[in-house]
Amino acid sequence: MAAQKKNKAGKGTLKKILRYVKKQSGWMVLSLIMAALCVAGTLYLPVLAGKAIDCIIGPGNVDFQGIYGIAHIMIVVLLLNAVCQWIMNVANNHVTYEVVRNLREDAFKKIEILPLSYLDKHPSGEIVSRVITDADQFADGLLMGFTQLFTGVITILGTLGFMLSVNLKITLVVVLVTPVSLFVASFIARRTYSMFTLQSKTRGEQTTLIDEAVGNQKLVQAFGQQQSMLNKFDEINERLQKCSLQAVFFSSLTNPCTRFVNSLVYTGVALCGGFLVIGGGLSVGQLSCMLSYANQYTKPFNEISGVVTELQNALACAARLIELIEEEPQVPDAQDAVVLDEAKGRVELEDVSFSYVPEKPLIEHLNLSVQPGQRVALVGPTGCGKTTLINLLLRFYDVNEGSIRVDGKDIRDYTRKSLRSNFGMVLQDTWLKNGTIRENICMGKPDATEEEMIAAAKASHAHSFIKRLPKGYDTYIREDGGSLSQGQKQLLCITRVMLCLPPMLILDEATSSIDTRTEIRIQKAFSHMMQGRTSFIVAHRLSTIREADVILVMEDGHIVEQGDHKSLLKNNGLYAKLYNSQFSA
Amino acid sequence: MKKLLKYLNDYKKECVLAPLFKMLEACFELFVPLVVASIVDVGIARGDKGYIVSRAGIMVALGLIGLLCSVTAQFFSAKAAVGFSTKLRHVLFNHIESLSFSELDTMGTSTLITRMTNDINQVQNGVNLVLRLFLRSPFIVFGAMVMAFTVNVKAALVFVVTIPLLSVVVFGVMLLSMPMYKKVQAALDQVLGKTRENLTGVRVIRAFHREEQETQEFMEMNASLNGLQRFVGKFSALMNPLTLIIINMAIVILLYVGGYQVNSGIITQGEVIALVNYMSQILVELVKLANLIITVTKAVACGNRIEQILEVESSMADGTVNAADSKAKTDSAKIQEDYIVFDHVSMCYSGAKEPSLEDITLRVKKGQTIGIIGGTGSGKTSLVHLLPRFYDISSGHLTIDGVEVSDYQIDSLRKRIGIVMQKAVLFTGTIRENLLWGNENATDAELYEALKNAQALNVVEGKALGLDEPVEQGGRNFSGGQRQRLTIARALVRKPEILILDDSASALDYATDAELRRSIREMEGDTTVFIVSQRTASIHAADQILVLDDGRAVGVGTHEELLESCEVYREIYDSQYRKEEE
Repeated sequence: MAAQKKNKAGKGTLKKILRYVKKQSGWMVLSLIMAALCVAGTLYLPVLAGKAIDCIIGPGNVDFQGIYGIAHIMIVVLLLNAVCQWIMNVANNHVTYEVVRNLREDAFKKIEILPLSYLDKHPSGEIVSRVITDADQFADGLLMGFTQLFTGVITILGTLGFMLSVNLKITLVVVLVTPVSLFVASFIARRTYSMFTLQSKTRGEQTTLIDEAVGNQKLVQAFGQQQSMLNKFDEINERLQKCSLQAVFFSSLTNPCTRFVNSLVYTGVALCGGFLVIGGGLSVGQLSCMLSYANQYTKPFNEISGVVTELQNALACAARLIELIEEEPQVPDAQDAVVLDEAKGRVELEDVSFSYVPEKPLIEHLNLSVQPGQRVALVGPTGCGKTTLINLLLRFYDVNEGSIRVDGKDIRDYTRKSLRSNFGMVLQDTWLKNGTIRENICMGKPDATEEEMIAAAKASHAHSFIKRLPKGYDTYIREDGGSLSQGQKQLLCITRVMLCLPPMLILDEATSSIDTRTEIRIQKAFSHMMQGRTSFIVAHRLSTIREADVILVMEDGHIVEQGDHKSLLKNNGLYAKLYNSQFSA
Repeated sequence: MKKLLKYLNDYKKECVLAPLFKMLEACFELFVPLVVASIVDVGIARGDKGYIVSRAGIMVALGLIGLLCSVTAQFFSAKAAVGFSTKLRHVLFNHIESLSFSELDTMGTSTLITRMTNDINQVQNGVNLVLRLFLRSPFIVFGAMVMAFTVNVKAALVFVVTIPLLSVVVFGVMLLSMPMYKKVQAALDQVLGKTRENLTGVRVIRAFHREEQETQEFMEMNASLNGLQRFVGKFSALMNPLTLIIINMAIVILLYVGGYQVNSGIITQGEVIALVNYMSQILVELVKLANLIITVTKAVACGNRIEQILEVESSMADGTVNAADSKAKTDSAKIQEDYIVFDHVSMCYSGAKEPSLEDITLRVKKGQTIGIIGGTGSGKTSLVHLLPRFYDISSGHLTIDGVEVSDYQIDSLRKRIGIVMQKAVLFTGTIRENLLWGNENATDAELYEALKNAQALNVVEGKALGLDEPVEQGGRNFSGGQRQRLTIARALVRKPEILILDDSASALDYATDAELRRSIREMEGDTTVFIVSQRTASIHAADQILVLDDGRAVGVGTHEELLESCEVYREIYDSQYRKEEE
């Protein structure tokens, strides 16, 4: 039952892959034509050789003239044949690599529009493994499939034709015995598909561990956890070894089994052929020709069966890739979504409820109204829902109930792109892309001039350290910022926002890693920047939020206090407690 | 690639048996043309049907034995190849874990990941195929030549010329395409890097609505990968047609030579068929070989990339002094006084132009709390990373217990130190598993104590499963502050002699931060604490405060002393408190 289901899934995958292959139909046709020509040539050559052998009968009885003529034809045919074969290979390469390229592209595009809830839930290593390893394995399988399946099928058909033209009886022997090898092959293939799936899954699990361990290698070493990591790794590695061995061994049985069937065919031909020659129904040259046909005819069955196992593996990989491609994307922008141009910056939350998991309510019935240009500070103990609120404002997640409005309109009625471009965001979790400092700064405004960029960098006090880097703004930084300190990375993230200056700002612990001297200076730049811009500030350093127009004190997803610095201190509630604690060492 | 082969050592038996059985199979295959020749020359010539039937029986027997040999061979080669790749993955993972921070900095994560996964898979395929076919194919090729000699020496000379020609083509294509495959893998690295980046940076990318540009960049990388793949493909596709030409030309020549030999009565017609058959067998074998060579070439390219990593030696030689032993000495008064000494220490990252730390001198008594403060990029983290020997100093002396840090066995040294890094990362598993990193023998009571001291008790209590609450990759099912407190707890579980808090309270509110410092102060034992911070509030109670500016020490002393004497410190202090005094 389960096996049947899997097979069905396999077929579904095949159909979807065919959709990708269709786009390359021009090249496919070329490849088919070339394959046909190629096979014709390959099949004609033994005929010619057979004819030549018939010219060589015995001592003093050799027709050299005949051999000479045949040899000439042979040379022409084989040259043409070689050219066709090369073109066919090139066409097959083209099709395979294009298909994989398109698959990868679609997978990547899907990653860009997957809801964050999906990405937050799935280990990045596993997704990477799908886009890279699975796609690669699929390409290998597909290429083998094309090169051998095509020529295989055509060879079978061609040989049949040629054999029929030589002798009917022997052809019957060949045709009746050979399909046995197909049964054998498909029997083995069915058994191995589930083994390949298991192998793929275990590999994904291992990639996740590798991603985690290698990505955080420094921490592993600091705690001397190399051994325990290695043990965990070895445990998966051992499981992988077991299921790989099964998959590899059982799939490799196909070839010897079918080859055995083929040797039966070959023997059959020799036997019947021998009788026929004695009976005078066949020449020795024709027998030689039939023997090599028997070989030619059975070989593709051999290869096809090999290809089938290879394709099983490829299909299992492709299924994982396609699963990713078909993952439900985030709710697309409404059809009549409006472009939010330059927002005035009025933000209202009405009866907003949200939770990541239904069982654990986080934000419940939250109401808030922010006037254009106001500075709103979010304060509260860790885990009170501040960052979640930001997730909602930027539509990384959608509210479960209620609505969030910007300039009086529900944010779900704007295009995501325009909504987000109205927010400038600096997060605590500094993230830089592989690229130069310049590329990183100009992310939000790719057409910024050199002057604008430097002005922004000066405003965020990043200019002086960038200047000292080996290549200044053109210094290439690796993933995770490499040798830059956490604070320097944060400065770059701030510069990024300084440069594009959107009407609304979100600063989530934007200066947590920056020393206070620099922070004071940035603070000035921030104040300047926040002038007339609606801003949301999350900070633990209460000095950074003292100047906010409204301070929201949050606890457990609720706003427990609201007001400005002075009035909240007077209230002597949670805020006052938090504030006073920072000076009591 | 060569050096990787030693990991096949455990599978010596399999590596010998697999090709051996393959060769046996090939041997039986090589007899087939001779049997056919005898059918033509004896059975048909004499019209003896019984003889033909008996020969056919021999052919079936040959096939059956061939099948058995081949299945055996497949099993051994699969076992060896899978075992090899398992071993290789283990060795590589182990090696990556032994690399020092400097090497990890220069290599980058994504290439290490492709090498661990994709490259090793390719090598496994390669080994499997080599064991199965790379010996079989040459054996058939040479075997066919030897058999040809038994038939007729002159005709066999055609084989002698053909085979070297074929080898030139086969190996030429292989050697030339190898560097191209290397480039393909490098392009794949890039594609992987981009994918990974888009997963880790998804929030920033979406906030800056960079999806389109990112997709554009991905498409470019993908296209260049595609271009390289197709280019190599075109080149390696030459192999089959070229071998086809050579072999068929050889057959033509063979027919000529055979014709003359038969004409002079030296050989029979059946023998000419056998010769042509042998040549065809070579062709069949080479076609197979050509397809495999692509796989093998790729495997070798991948193998070299793996070897490259294995060749990177840790630039750090392990010391010989066991830190646990030297602990005993700590009791002497002198050592108590000069527990940790920075003596004119400078440090320069490999590849950097300027030193990150210059001429730092500091004496730390056992049990002291040291505050380290300074601007962004002033070298605070670099300084504390010297203690567990994450990096080596470039000049000066750094001693703990009077022993140079570089003389300690690294493991034993790090066991005495608890560090909380800037970036709070937890690992997949449970909270308990994460905490046990600090000390695998810790009891639950000890874990709870550490959690309490790290102000993380409520994090655990808020979870349904308590200590057994699962942690997802990177700890993303916890908030930044929760993660940070758990990483602090992790360090405390170790009950370290030296505790390093590298700006580890940045995600904590002030109340929690203050509580944290209080409980660390009150912890039992004589813990020496290094606190790196931006906040003067976090360090002002420290016994000594080191003020760093641009990698230099600009002030050492207590809070009061520094307020008097150190301008930089005063500025930092003012920046945090001025408003309050107004």
